[in-house]
Amino acid sequence: MSDDLVLRAEGVELRRGARVILAGVSCDVRRGELVALMGPSGSGKTTMLRAIAGLEPFQAGWIAVDGVALAGGGPPSRATLRDLRRKVGMVFQFHCLFEHLTAIQNVCLAPVHAHRVDARTANARGLELLRSFGVEHRADALPRQLSGGEAQRVAIARALAVDPPVLLMDEPTASLDPLRRTELGELLRQLIGQGRTLVAATHDEEFAREFATRIMRFREGLIIAD
Amino acid sequence: MLRWAGDQEGGAPFVEADPSRPDQMVGFDVEIADLFARSVGRTPEFVNVDFRLIDQSVARDDADIGLSGIEDTPARRTTLAVTIPYYEFREVLSVRDADASRFRTLADLRGKRVATLGGTIAYEILLRAERDHGLSALSYDDDVHPYSDLLIGRVDAVLLDNVLAERRQRAMPGFTIQPQTVAVGHYVGVLSAQNGPLRDTLNETLRRAMRDGTLQRIFTKWRVWNEDQPKLHARLLAGEPVEPVTGLDTSVSVATMTKWEAAKRYFPSLLRASVVTIVLSCLSMALAVAIGVMIATGRVYGAPPMRAALLGYVELMRGTPILLQLFVLYYGLAAAIRLPAFGAALLGLALNYAAYESEIYRAALEAIPLGQLEAARTLGLSERQVLRLVRGPQAFRLALAPMTNDFVALLKDSSLVSVLTVLELTKETQIFATNLGSWVLPGSLCAALYLAMSLPLAALARRLERQWKSPAV
Repeated sequence: MSDDLVLRAEGVELRRGARVILAGVSCDVRRGELVALMGPSGSGKTTMLRAIAGLEPFQAGWIAVDGVALAGGGPPSRATLRDLRRKVGMVFQFHCLFEHLTAIQNVCLAPVHAHRVDARTANARGLELLRSFGVEHRADALPRQLSGGEAQRVAIARALAVDPPVLLMDEPTASLDPLRRTELGELLRQLIGQGRTLVAATHDEEFAREFATRIMRFREGLIIAD
Repeated sequence: MLRWAGDQEGGAPFVEADPSRPDQMVGFDVEIADLFARSVGRTPEFVNVDFRLIDQSVARDDADIGLSGIEDTPARRTTLAVTIPYYEFREVLSVRDADASRFRTLADLRGKRVATLGGTIAYEILLRAERDHGLSALSYDDDVHPYSDLLIGRVDAVLLDNVLAERRQRAMPGFTIQPQTVAVGHYVGVLSAQNGPLRDTLNETLRRAMRDGTLQRIFTKWRVWNEDQPKLHARLLAGEPVEPVTGLDTSVSVATMTKWEAAKRYFPSLLRASVVTIVLSCLSMALAVAIGVMIATGRVYGAPPMRAALLGYVELMRGTPILLQLFVLYYGLAAAIRLPAFGAALLGLALNYAAYESEIYRAALEAIPLGQLEAARTLGLSERQVLRLVRGPQAFRLALAPMTNDFVALLKDSSLVSVLTVLELTKETQIFATNLGSWVLPGSLCAALYLAMSLPLAALARRLERQWKSPAV
């Protein structure tokens, strides 16, 4: 595997009962790309993101993220998942911020508990992240007090707090107005500029054209255009 | 019809279901009731009433007369119409055979536990002996378990009347009845205060039965006739007054006090009993929460056999009466594990409530959206951390309101542990009410104390909920 290929998938097949969701997906993604996965609802793009994040076991094929490989055929081992999660962050469509924690607590939870960073350092880095996304002033707000755009920025900060090389995003523009959408695009550009790799499932053709470095089109569980 | 109230649980020789025909009552009180009914040309009808509630039952006219080894006390004479005594008993001390030479009197029992039946003269005597001799008095709801607990060593002596002691000794050997008489008392029939004329008629019936040997025949048949009885009968037939008996100083009988004096006198013991109630409830709830969390976690995360076993536990504890569980835990298991009364009460309440708590937590855990769990997993938290840091805390917020509900319920269910001789608020109120002959004042005080315990707790829970819901900034 070339050093540059940070994400590779080969022949990924995923079925739920008789329904085929992914019918043998293969792709390579280089470091620093912003890949938009596009396609109609039910075409498999969100499932592909979830498979990369280790949330969906698949039946055949393999996925490798920065040297950590998931093989189809059974659920991955606990050790594989632990390694994988240092490589991949995920931002969910509905953000899924922890409802009982403030924004800064959301950001610091994983560094402190999964990565054993001391609380003070984690807090300082978390505030720095929130500041870089322009939501530092909302650090002590609970998720339900944040606007859609604020919640999304906090969710991105939370995913980046453990510094994964690959960031997956599901429908990042779904809850944003045009101005916020442009701001998000600029922010994602900054991230790939820092060498991070972004893969986003989206319906937003305009957004994808403007900001993505590459577009993969899904239909019926296959990539039909790249 | 002459309706007479008695307690079958009191058993022979007073009143018991005929072992060969359980729908028929037998016992010397049954025969005296028959005698009374015949003398006034009516048919006797038995009304089963808890021993401690016979006075109240008669006062509210559920029955015409109460007969069940009822003691002649100053309180009864003040509030009810009481017949002349028909039997003289002696309060006697029973100790294990091995202790027969060292525990002869109450004074020998300093620091020891002495059991009796609640709401009796014997209990009053023991309360006085707590002050005078430094022993510790235990009130039971029945007259069998004091003796079984004596034999297994939970208590060191039992004070009850000779009729009860001798009956029990025939059924369970291993204890000695000390010859010294602690007090002398009498059994009477009780009627409501308005029933004076009927009482006078029945007194005549009793005198006739003393003269013609009917009473002697009845008591001989039930093996309780002794040399004390002819002397009592002779005094009554000669018109001599027979004084009522109390274990306490007659000068402080509650029945003759004003309501305020009575309340002032009893309030400290009600407060002490409230402390027992609140401490017991808090400890039981803490244990129930801990066990409930473990059960819920096992039911959500465990393998199928574990889930099935835990479900079985929950259904067993929810599906059977807590009173039964307490009995089994304290008396049923006594041969294997001898739990102290407070420990058994605490454990019994906790094990029962743990089943209910576990269902609340299980439902709350399952109500946390999958997205929250997946977000936590993608951040690299282990399943244990997801539970501890994300799922658990959110579930706890959902569980708070039903938990508060359960705690208030437990506070009240804690009154059930009086069957294990734990003297808590409801039991103490009952003792107060029995001595006072009225439920109005003791009931109001008791209700006020329960509310004083539950309302602050409900307020605290509401405040926590508000805090979690309101904006943090």
